[in-house]
Amino acid sequence: MDCVSTGGNVKVLAKAIHSLSRIGEELYLEPMEDGLTLRAVNSSRSAFACFMLSPLFFQRYQAPPDQAFHCKMPIKSVQAVFRSLSSLERSVEKCRIQMNSEKSRLTITLHCKHGLLKTHNLSFQDCESLQAVFDKESRGNVLQAQPRLWVDTVLHFPPSLEEVCVSVSGERVWLKNHVEDDADPSRAMMTELCLSSEEFDHFAISSQNSITFCLKELRGLLTFAESSGLPVSMYFDDPGSPVVLSVSDSVLEANFVLATLSEDSHQHSHSNSKAERCKAQPPPDDFMSDDMDSYLIAMETSELAVPSYEPAPHPCSTNHRARLSSTRQEEEEEEEEELLDRPPSKKFCSLFFGSVLPASTQLTSQTTRSQEVLASDSEDEGEKE
Amino acid sequence: MLLQVFALLGSMPLSTQSQSESDEYILVASLDNARNLSNILKAISFKDHAIFNATQNGLKVTVEDSKCLQANAFIQADIFQEFTIRQDVIGFQVNLTVLLDCLTIFGGSTVPGVSTALRMCYIGYGYPLTLFLEEAGVVTVCKINTQEPEEPLDFDFCSTNVTNKVILQSDSLKEAFSELDMTSEVLQLTMSPSHPYFRLSTFGNSGNAHYDYPKDSDMMELFQCTKTQKNRYKMSLLKPSTKALGLSCKVSVRTDSRGFLSLQYLVRNDDGQICFVEYYCCPDEEVDEE
Repeated sequence: MDCVSTGGNVKVLAKAIHSLSRIGEELYLEPMEDGLTLRAVNSSRSAFACFMLSPLFFQRYQAPPDQAFHCKMPIKSVQAVFRSLSSLERSVEKCRIQMNSEKSRLTITLHCKHGLLKTHNLSFQDCESLQAVFDKESRGNVLQAQPRLWVDTVLHFPPSLEEVCVSVSGERVWLKNHVEDDADPSRAMMTELCLSSEEFDHFAISSQNSITFCLKELRGLLTFAESSGLPVSMYFDDPGSPVVLSVSDSVLEANFVLATLSEDSHQHSHSNSKAERCKAQPPPDDFMSDDMDSYLIAMETSELAVPSYEPAPHPCSTNHRARLSSTRQEEEEEEEEELLDRPPSKKFCSLFFGSVLPASTQLTSQTTRSQEVLASDSEDEGEKE
Repeated sequence: MLLQVFALLGSMPLSTQSQSESDEYILVASLDNARNLSNILKAISFKDHAIFNATQNGLKVTVEDSKCLQANAFIQADIFQEFTIRQDVIGFQVNLTVLLDCLTIFGGSTVPGVSTALRMCYIGYGYPLTLFLEEAGVVTVCKINTQEPEEPLDFDFCSTNVTNKVILQSDSLKEAFSELDMTSEVLQLTMSPSHPYFRLSTFGNSGNAHYDYPKDSDMMELFQCTKTQKNRYKMSLLKPSTKALGLSCKVSVRTDSRGFLSLQYLVRNDDGQICFVEYYCCPDEEVDEE
């Protein structure tokens, strides 16, 4: 793979990496024909983030000949290359990323002002493809707002706050910090913020709902969204099913899929094989619930049309790491569903990066404002292969 | 006791010392702004002890590390408002950390127009170094014990042996130094009449990194490289030079036939006067090719 980004896009790339570092410790890179994908997942598999950069993001983009190429590396090493955002802005003119699969080496070259050339050779490991299988379009609730609104809102919560609870009802959205049942009442502080639907660019609520998820991960996306100025959309359903936070424009799309606490996760008797997520919080086994075939985060490596697991109508308690198989990356996707429709149980859910396929319809630089009309819905998924 | 400090309140300008006292000092150096001394000393303060060497020309302060690194700060006599020396050469050793603490005893805040005035006095061998510091009418007297000065290392670095020399504007190097991969044990310097001309390399846990400065860069003020040389220096020894780099506007980088490194920094103080800081470093023993 060989790609070159210039000007402001170098900073966007750097911000994407910094954003991903808030999620996991490793950066998964997957260069494909239709763009470069950067992903990260946290250790308990309860948060997943993905940035998809289309070839148009780059001044030059050359995908590797080997389509099934994916690798990972410690995210700190890549962050070190892009450490100082201000100096990136000031002095970097061009950034070239080349992958040498024989030597397992990623070379990042920064062409700076005054002729200075910074070359970083980082080693990577081959790995399985990391993908989340989820379908944000099928979510019953969608909120979209300018990043400023989200940033100003979370500002009211202390930096140490682990989890935030978002409730929607009628024309209002409440955000409050999640307080553990067993918290010391004399020390607990409750912060609650209410926003009217008018503050949002888009407000579509199917039913009264309340979800709780990790704030730190949301902040990771917000730092990116704020600098890019792109509106942030939140797709969610009932507690227990993951919330999807998304920003996109014509050349990139970012999705953060975060687990939410399920209603009865307060009871510690709930069995869970995952490691604890946000410090000492009770681990949420949210997406171990019934409809996981439509939104589950999984390590999908099986091939094509064969589902890698049997869709279960009953709660599964197995750790989805067990589903990892050693076959190649799964390529098949289905068309994205209409909003509110649940996909039939045996079908795969679309992979989100259908929406950034370079197509003539997307050559305009307009930011997609209303999320339910993503051009991707009608994309021919076959192009990706 | 290493240090005695007396704070005197009320107006007592430093100049009203008794005549007889002044006669006793073999060295008197005064500055209206103590920062003109403290800033430059901070650039070499990676060790506790410093060797002071005063001559007619001014003050030279030396700090050494592991017999492999030497840093010198030169403050010429004309930087001082008063510089009186009654011997050809005066040498002593003091605790540099303590000295800096004293020089910045008033907090070191940079309120415009307010500065700490300094009068540094030395009676002679066996006597403490006395500092009179005044700011806004408050006077502090500090007496710092001195020790027998050690003989500074002689790196035997002379211009005739210099193989490669470049002079760079500090700004470009500052960025590189601040980003150096500290997990690398060495900093490798490549200087060559051909590509890559001037290169800093690190070999850390996640991989290696190279910073290349082409010879025709507008940051490169002078480029005189005769032979391709690749030398490695311990990162821990060179990292402290970042402070001197930070203060400077230009830096000259020279290597000699043995691979010894000389870094010379041109520093402008608060009043725009020029001082110099230099670092000498021995190459790391194991010199393997990459």
